[in-house]
Amino acid sequence: MADYKITADSFKPAHIAKEQQEKLGTDNMTFMQDALRRLRHNKMAMISLWIIIAFIVISVLSIWISPSNPNTQHLKWNNLPPKIANWSIPGFRGYGVSAGEKVNVYAQNNVPKNVWFVLGTDSLGRDIFSRILVGTRVSLFIAFMATLFDLTIGVVYGLISGWKGGMVDTVLQRIIEIISSIPNLVVAILMLLVFKPGLTSIIIAIGFTGWVTMARLVRAQTLQIKDQEYVLAARTLGESSVKIAMKHLIPNLSSTIIIQTMFTIPTAIFFEAFLSYIGIGIPSPTASLGTLLSDGQKNFRFLPYQMVYPAIVISVLMISFNLLADGLRDAFDPRTTR
Amino acid sequence: MAEEREKLVQVRHLVQTFNPGKKSEVRAIQDVSFDIYRGETLGLVGESGSGKTTTGRAIIRLYKPTSGEILFDGNDIAGLHNGSKQMKEFRREMQMIFQDPYASLNPRMKVKDIIAEGIDIHHLAKDDADRDAQVANLLQLVGLNPDHATRYPHEFSGGQRQRIGIARALAVQPQFIIADEPISALDVSIQAQVVNLLKNIQEQRNLTYLFIAHDLSMVKYISDRIAVMHYGRIVELSTADEVYNHPLHPYTQSLLSAIPIPDPEKQKNA
Repeated sequence: MADYKITADSFKPAHIAKEQQEKLGTDNMTFMQDALRRLRHNKMAMISLWIIIAFIVISVLSIWISPSNPNTQHLKWNNLPPKIANWSIPGFRGYGVSAGEKVNVYAQNNVPKNVWFVLGTDSLGRDIFSRILVGTRVSLFIAFMATLFDLTIGVVYGLISGWKGGMVDTVLQRIIEIISSIPNLVVAILMLLVFKPGLTSIIIAIGFTGWVTMARLVRAQTLQIKDQEYVLAARTLGESSVKIAMKHLIPNLSSTIIIQTMFTIPTAIFFEAFLSYIGIGIPSPTASLGTLLSDGQKNFRFLPYQMVYPAIVISVLMISFNLLADGLRDAFDPRTTR
Repeated sequence: MAEEREKLVQVRHLVQTFNPGKKSEVRAIQDVSFDIYRGETLGLVGESGSGKTTTGRAIIRLYKPTSGEILFDGNDIAGLHNGSKQMKEFRREMQMIFQDPYASLNPRMKVKDIIAEGIDIHHLAKDDADRDAQVANLLQLVGLNPDHATRYPHEFSGGQRQRIGIARALAVQPQFIIADEPISALDVSIQAQVVNLLKNIQEQRNLTYLFIAHDLSMVKYISDRIAVMHYGRIVELSTADEVYNHPLHPYTQSLLSAIPIPDPEKQKNA
């Protein structure tokens, strides 16, 4: 430091060209890129995302590849415990407890050496693993349909209600209040009067009530955004209402919409499982996580695997969706976090 | 002298009432009449809530006036319906610059698309290359780097954003611009920059301004004439010097006395 001399030259004004003054140094990043970058830093959300992707891939593939037909009954091979090949993995050796003693159930039932069931069989000898795959597929299909209703009816309804305001808004909000005051279960049961129990009636019940929260959130946000000056600017330029909705409202609502969709999905999955569990959902023999749980629950004390595995699947599925939703909310709305 | 010039905007007995007949009724503008001559700048001052912004928004037809006439270039535009052909033509003639540079640009759109919004609506560009060229010209006109066209608004400072807002208003080549407190959200150092930019553009493009503000000193600098608004009425309307030096209405006098004088001796004696 000692040899550093301060001369008059050090105090000359730095010359900055006019273009340099206005130059922007940061990377050109869109809002979505920024949000995804934040999402990638969230470990739980990323693990959940990969679990969900794995579930989707496996359940779609299982349409063509399945260990065995999920509805084929092997009455001689019923209630077999889990067994994977002849490997010695604890819990998957084919042993069960009978009269207080450990026995090889496969040997007892004279099952050939080359036949085994990864997650065992149920009381009618159906392969539980294949049935779980079918059940997951049903759950994800319900999730897809719920998303579809959220994005179509919910978003459009909320946009119209918020944008039009006045009488239109009042009427649409009263309709929403009436719909949301009827419990989902009642709607689902009423559907059974008109339709046969099954996927259709569940989807119609979700289509009737599932989008209400989305519509309310979108309306509230629209009310906020429609008085923003950039929307006023678009109006003074002569932009039509539909174009304003597409160019200004929906892009600025996208985070609300994505987050709410992610919270709707687990609700819809659980709704289907619940209906199937109490016996007014998916009819037998088609498997659903709800029917698997209800079947397994009958023998839970003696054959716990019949209920444990479907329970694990539905729990992991719902936790993953919820954690991903939390992660997305943090990523899209960094101000509201903790 | 002003009488010889052509009247571009004539406001006649304009009344704007919100929620009429309800408990929450607000009479924002009560019977306001004034003229704006072609090529001039009319300053509109008044305290918060005096109806300045509402007047501006009623003239540009963001609101539907309760009663009264607004003649623009001889045509009554108070009764035009949204979506009609005349309305679309009128939208090109009159534009607005907004108060808050942080709220007046859509955060999800590129600067290019924000500025070109009017160009797209009125089909003013032959093709994409023409559109980009127009945007680059406008950016240069307001003193921004054309390379900024692909950026998003959050990367800009308040003054830069306000200039993007000005470029957006100029894109449709309007004759008349309503500037709704365009400088009140900016730093003092940037205020002069933006006001001078507005003055230069006015000379270049022969524009007419309605300049809304609550700061009389800045309004005097840019305006030819000043109208003073109070509780939804115009209480005084005269040339800028006249209003500034010989205020007649007590409200104008109180507005003038509120301007801080940058001289401690004078301030003491005033």
